[in-house]
Amino acid sequence: MGGIPLFPEAASSFASEVDALYLFIVAVSAFFTVAVSVAVVVFGIKYRRKHAEEVGAHIEGSLPLELAWSIIPTIISMVMFGWGAKLFYEMRVPPDETLQIYAVGKQWMWKFQHTGGQREINELHVPMGRPIKVLVTSEDVLHDLYFPAFRTKIDAIPGRYSQLWFTATKAGRYRIFCAEYCGTKHSGMIGSVVVMEPPQYQAWLAGGGTEGTMAERGAKLFNDLACNTCHLDSGQGRGPSLKDIIGKPVELAGGGTALVDEGYLRESILNSQAKVVKGFAPLMPTFQGLISEEGLAALIEHIKSLSPQATTSAPALVPAAATISSTPDAPAQGAQR
Amino acid sequence: METSVYPAHNYLSNGHTLRSWLLTKDHKRIAVLYLISISAFFFLGGLFAVGIRLELTTPQGDLFQPDTYNKFFTLHGVIMVFLFLIPSVPAVLGNFLIPPMIGAKDLAFPRINLLSWYLYIIGGLFTLFAIVAGGVDTGWTFYTPYSATSSSSNVAPVALGVFIAGFSSILTGLNFIVTIHRMRAPGLHWFKLPLFVWAHYATSLIQVLGTPVIAITIVMLFVERAFGFGIFDPQRGGDPVLFQHLFWFYSHPAVYIMILPALGVISELVSTFSRKRIFGYSFVAFSSLAIAVFGFIVWAHHMFVAGISVYAAMVFSFLSFSVAIPSAVKVFNWAATMYRGSISFEAPMLYVYGFFGLFLIGGLTGLFLATLGTDIHLHDTYFVVAHFHYIMVGGAIMGYLGGLHFWWPKIFGRMYSEFWSRIAAILVFVGFNLTFFPQFLLGYLGMPRRYHMYPDEFQVLNVLSSAGASILGLGYLIPVIYFAWSLKYGEVAGNNPWGASGLEWRTQSPPLTENFTEVPTDIPEAYEYTPKVVREAKLV
Amino acid sequence: MSNGIAHAEGASPAHGHDHAHAHHPALQHHFDTMSQQREAGVLGMWVFLLTEVLFFGGLFFAYAIYRSWYYDAFAAASASIEILPGLINTVVLIGSSLTMALSVRAAQTNQRKATVNWLIATIILGTVFLGIKVYEYADKFAHNHVPGASFQFAHVPAPGEPHVEEPAAGHVTTMGHDEVERTTQIFFSLYFTMTGLHAIHMIVGIVILFIITWMAHKGRFDSEWHAPVEMTGLYWHFVDIVWIFLFPLLYLVERHN
Repeated sequence: MGGIPLFPEAASSFASEVDALYLFIVAVSAFFTVAVSVAVVVFGIKYRRKHAEEVGAHIEGSLPLELAWSIIPTIISMVMFGWGAKLFYEMRVPPDETLQIYAVGKQWMWKFQHTGGQREINELHVPMGRPIKVLVTSEDVLHDLYFPAFRTKIDAIPGRYSQLWFTATKAGRYRIFCAEYCGTKHSGMIGSVVVMEPPQYQAWLAGGGTEGTMAERGAKLFNDLACNTCHLDSGQGRGPSLKDIIGKPVELAGGGTALVDEGYLRESILNSQAKVVKGFAPLMPTFQGLISEEGLAALIEHIKSLSPQATTSAPALVPAAATISSTPDAPAQGAQR
Repeated sequence: METSVYPAHNYLSNGHTLRSWLLTKDHKRIAVLYLISISAFFFLGGLFAVGIRLELTTPQGDLFQPDTYNKFFTLHGVIMVFLFLIPSVPAVLGNFLIPPMIGAKDLAFPRINLLSWYLYIIGGLFTLFAIVAGGVDTGWTFYTPYSATSSSSNVAPVALGVFIAGFSSILTGLNFIVTIHRMRAPGLHWFKLPLFVWAHYATSLIQVLGTPVIAITIVMLFVERAFGFGIFDPQRGGDPVLFQHLFWFYSHPAVYIMILPALGVISELVSTFSRKRIFGYSFVAFSSLAIAVFGFIVWAHHMFVAGISVYAAMVFSFLSFSVAIPSAVKVFNWAATMYRGSISFEAPMLYVYGFFGLFLIGGLTGLFLATLGTDIHLHDTYFVVAHFHYIMVGGAIMGYLGGLHFWWPKIFGRMYSEFWSRIAAILVFVGFNLTFFPQFLLGYLGMPRRYHMYPDEFQVLNVLSSAGASILGLGYLIPVIYFAWSLKYGEVAGNNPWGASGLEWRTQSPPLTENFTEVPTDIPEAYEYTPKVVREAKLV
Repeated sequence: MSNGIAHAEGASPAHGHDHAHAHHPALQHHFDTMSQQREAGVLGMWVFLLTEVLFFGGLFFAYAIYRSWYYDAFAAASASIEILPGLINTVVLIGSSLTMALSVRAAQTNQRKATVNWLIATIILGTVFLGIKVYEYADKFAHNHVPGASFQFAHVPAPGEPHVEEPAAGHVTTMGHDEVERTTQIFFSLYFTMTGLHAIHMIVGIVILFIITWMAHKGRFDSEWHAPVEMTGLYWHFVDIVWIFLFPLLYLVERHN
């Protein structure tokens, strides 16, 4: 059974103390489990019945023993409580100087906003070595923002802010989970927190580049922006399937038809309520301000790659009247709800 | 054991019509009615668990639609908690045994006892209706706002079913309290009572004080959903966290409703199969009461990350340790009982051994969750799932099965296959550990609960868990076969096949409808074992 | 706690099918004496009432929390409820507790007709209470004070009345007059749930009273056995006491008359 992981990475300033406290309780638990189990096994062997009418010794009890095994566990409990409470206080009360991030949980995605205006969906870039405070709320039902590598989580509650804080100590990409059941795609509300060395973080803030072909980048964006949670291949999701749609007309909810081309795709991403496909509810969030031009184009390339014949036969279309501009990295107007 | 004759007149033979069963006032028949119905619900709840574990063998959500999976874990929880665990020991074993244990002919209110069963059945039917109508997907905890607003599933019938089943539980508790206070045989004072009775008394206090609170919480949820009242709706100033406070005020004590009676069973089994008085009798008796009381003041330890203040969290964490101590006291006293006992290893005792290991781990892992620093990381992960299954399944169900194996000869007058019952006990123990121990590791790694699909790194542990579940399921199915077989072909049990103490063993097996032809007057101290007593017990 | 069995007759034989002595026709077979049966019944009713305290208690708890957060909204909502019907109902209900107690007394002293008459008086007073409640509910419907989609509450601040402040830390919204109106819906949600639940208990109580009245009429009770009347009395007094708490909490928030 080699390779069964036991611990997640410890990537925050308090993670290793959480692990230490955990191991302490493991040790105490193991001790008592083994002690009692061994005792009852030994007693079972040593005092097994030897003849049919044998009975046990007549013993009522022992006050000293009762006191001992009440008081000692109490003392151990108090140690656990004290250590846990102290650690909890540190984990919950942030230092004075923190980098602030707003997080909004929504069925079924996480939206993050940096005060500098960067917006992210399901991915959170943070610098290493700086205390970061996340103010969390929900747009609909309860969610919970959980960073296992940082050993911390907090419920996202509609109608109010809750918060957690951490200082990331190790660069890398770690999981974000939703840890409060919130409906159908609760287990799909997964993201990543990317901890970066300060120079890389600065570069990212300035619009740092990505890599791979546009369609590859688009495919990655397609997943990162959670398009795949609604636009299922089967067509059974909340949004229409995007397989094999390029160059074909679709019926619209408000009547009429539209031809699926780059222009239609771009419009649908930035102004999702405008031309909703018939049979689907107007649920798609707008990605205006959330995606750069390169990202948009990458997405379109990815969607085109889902229609094999389209890439070979359909003429390359010029993006139709690009009146809706995406707003790359423009500062947002205040906190988004 | 002398060869015994199966008694021609007993409570089972006293009327063969359906009416004599469905309108019975005999606590023993009502116990058998409960036995049949809760077993049915247990296997239904188990079926949903099978679905869950099958889905979780692979990281992708490829077996069921997400909504279907969510309904599976919800219904697994609702059925197992409300329709199996809460009634199990009290409604089957408590109902059957408390009157004979105290020298009474029946409970204080036999008709209310029957009403309890009917309320249970009606509650179960509402739940079944909800299943057939498409299921519920809120989780058994029904958190708002999801349960009040956006869930499109059948919350109302399930809520109603739980509400009605709750009254079944309240009435059973009420019945036990009055019975134990008012119906003891002459000379049977409190400290001569079997610890099984103490455990049920403490449980009944919880049932009576706690269940009404979830009942009213369900009423509030219901009016919120049905009439749009908005008590928990943040858009109208309501607080979704208030629901959690109200819910857990009952649901934490509820877990003690589920475990305390099983602990009472364990006291009886340890004593009988060690042929020795329980060490520290009064400490064990009072620890049941202590658990009942402390259980009411710790509810918000389910809410450490739900947005309660840091200071409130510290208070509830501190208090939560207080509940651990009486449980530990019990375990130590049972182990001390075995010291210099005369120990035998029939099936009930194997369940006791299984119980020791599993209840210890389950109880101790509660410490991780009571400790604030670790709970933040572990809350709502598989660690919690493992913890409560160790207690509920490893503790409560082992206790229930142990009790069923112990008192089966009394209830039905027949012995079952000793060989197969030991096999089943071992399978349950092994299967259980394989199913749930990996889940502790999954939890610390960060795998959240109620996940239909999961990242690849969690797969190996999930596969181990699912493999264990298949063994566990087998271990639960085997008793159905040998118990059923025993009803017709089992060896006649006689009054007291185990040589146990306790008034219930002085009656014939199965007992007469009125339990005793003459109420016993010479009631000894509890758990008196001498060679003479053992010899006479087995001769009768 | 002493042995709960009150009778002192030494070793009491279990009732087989031949009775050693005649017993009261109402004695149930699993009890040894009438007094044991009565004590069990009364204890059972007290335990049941304890569960009812916890049952209503959840609503009172929710009320207490929200009142502490939205006091002004609660005051405004409470002020909009007519006091007079509530006051009359309080008197009616207290009166019905009196008639109930008198019927128990009559049963204790073997006065069959008086028992029946006082029980009927209790039923009448209980029904009057429910009738007035119907009037009150209809009035709320007419004013759109029923929570839900059609809820409307118009709150006109008196001159000089201060703005309502933000209710509690952690709530992102700020309160203004609209917020008073918004959160009055919570008050009315609790109003209807609490009084509705109470009314249901009254209805059940009246049904039970009918049954007990019929039994009294048939002569089932005497000075030796009247526990059902006693137990019904306990239940009825409890329902009355719940109202005694509901009335000031719902009708009298910040009344300065």
